[in-house]
Amino acid sequence: MIHTARSRMIIITTFVVTILAAVIAIGLGSVHISIPDILSTIVNGRNNEGVYTTIIWDIRLPRVLLALIIGASIAISGALLQAVMGNPLADPGLTGVTSGAAAFVLLILLANPELTHLIPLAAFTGGLIAAAIVYALAWRRTGITPITIILSGVAVNALCGGVIGFLSILYSDRLPSAVQWMNGSLAAKGNASLHMIYVYAIIGWILSIFAIRKANIIRLGDQVATNLGESVTRIRIMLSILAVFLAAISVAAVGMISFVGLIVPHMARLLVGSDYKYMLPMSMAMGAIVLLIADTGGRTLFAPLDIPAGILMAVIGGPYFLYLMRKRAF
Amino acid sequence: MLKVEQLSISYEQKEVVHNFSFEVEQGEILSIIGPNGSGKSTILKAIARMQPYNTGSILFEGENMRRLSSKEIARKMCMLSQQNQAPSDISVKNLVAYGRYPHKKWFERLNADDESVIDWALEKTYLSHYKEKPIAALSGGEAQRAWIAMALAQRPQVLLLDEPTTFLDIAHQHEVLELVRELNRDMGMTVVMVLHDLNQASSYSDKIVVVKDGIRAQMGTPNEVMTEQMIQQIYRMEAEIQYVSWDKAPRIQLKNTVRV
Repeated sequence: MIHTARSRMIIITTFVVTILAAVIAIGLGSVHISIPDILSTIVNGRNNEGVYTTIIWDIRLPRVLLALIIGASIAISGALLQAVMGNPLADPGLTGVTSGAAAFVLLILLANPELTHLIPLAAFTGGLIAAAIVYALAWRRTGITPITIILSGVAVNALCGGVIGFLSILYSDRLPSAVQWMNGSLAAKGNASLHMIYVYAIIGWILSIFAIRKANIIRLGDQVATNLGESVTRIRIMLSILAVFLAAISVAAVGMISFVGLIVPHMARLLVGSDYKYMLPMSMAMGAIVLLIADTGGRTLFAPLDIPAGILMAVIGGPYFLYLMRKRAF
Repeated sequence: MLKVEQLSISYEQKEVVHNFSFEVEQGEILSIIGPNGSGKSTILKAIARMQPYNTGSILFEGENMRRLSSKEIARKMCMLSQQNQAPSDISVKNLVAYGRYPHKKWFERLNADDESVIDWALEKTYLSHYKEKPIAALSGGEAQRAWIAMALAQRPQVLLLDEPTTFLDIAHQHEVLELVRELNRDMGMTVVMVLHDLNQASSYSDKIVVVKDGIRAQMGTPNEVMTEQMIQQIYRMEAEIQYVSWDKAPRIQLKNTVRV
């Protein structure tokens, strides 16, 4: 029995640790900044003439906030998809939602660069199409099995990979910046990306608080949920749209980041149990800290190289995923 | 209470239930029996909105169920299947609490009244001591009782049970059926259940409907329905009907398969 008081403590602790980690991460980099300096620079506001004002306000703080917001959003997205599909393998990356969104964003970045303001919308559309294909392919009368998720995810990912490859050849001159974006790099994204997504992210988070009860009900199975007077199909569609939305804004801002949506909800479940009242906030906090660590690690471990967080996540996430398979977590 | 009129159900373009009607009065226990694949579970699922039907109607207290919202139906009726899967770490009490959701708006929290209904449901199913235990730690019979407790927390007037005893050993089968009878007697809860075991159907039902090939073969009290001819026609088994001193229901002794 996982105790509710204990779960609450774990969640609060994780949030506190996340904030601490964020402050420490702001201090790390080619110029080391001490914690008192960080705090005073933040408290004094961005127009203050301090030594670190530009570094912190224009570079480090936006990047750290971006990592936190995106990590949290992808983790929530994964947690919601797992409820919808009733399967711990459902994740925006494996199901192809991420690459669907990426293909549509590339369509803008490469083919129509003048439409940059439509990137979030394009990502959302691409993600929705990918999700719809996965459902059409994977849904059986008895629900979704791990095999069908993986297979339809492979199909959708291949399709999107094809589109992305095709676009890259057609517009090879504009490719370098797009590649940087596609790798899931938070470098040089800064304030522009942050401003593009933070409102959407907060809306998504608020909506996901309202999704908690519905997510819990569909975990009881279609039959029980129907019995409780819920329209299972409607819940599925609404939660999926929300999950795609959260994944899409992340793709729009920083490109493809894999495994966060798969691993984080799994770890959260181990720590606080499968009740979404606890699991969802825990996923949010852990997603934030995991991506922050990946991004900060990427930019400091191999400095002056800046390894995209997406690449670091893939390197850590792949083996962890294999480990879960060995433990037969799916 | 619940009236099924001329129901026809198709499954992948093949009609499996034909023109099926029956009615159950308030406070009755009605069992649907029949061979495998006769369509008995399909009929129950259609009543519980889990199986669409082509023609016919299902009336709840005279009102067509198609005109009621799913939440309204959830407050009147509850279906329990032979096997349910729950997240393994959910506690008995939390599971039972879900039964209150049809009575709540989407943002409403459980209040003291809900808590007392939950406690009452746990007590009725003898699970008060287990309420903090995770479902996965319960035996099959206890888990089935927990699902019944959840159904009770919905405060339904009609309880639908799809083979509630199939995966239980005989002691737990008895326990679940005794609980159903108790709920029926103490609270006047109307029960419609699909059963495999003819003797269980005979001793726990007020009325029995016999289904074969999606057609209603017979309907009546256990005494009327449980005859040697019926068993021979429906199940192709030779049987003998006996009466024992401690139960007024007919008891069925099966003998041989009839060779055709």
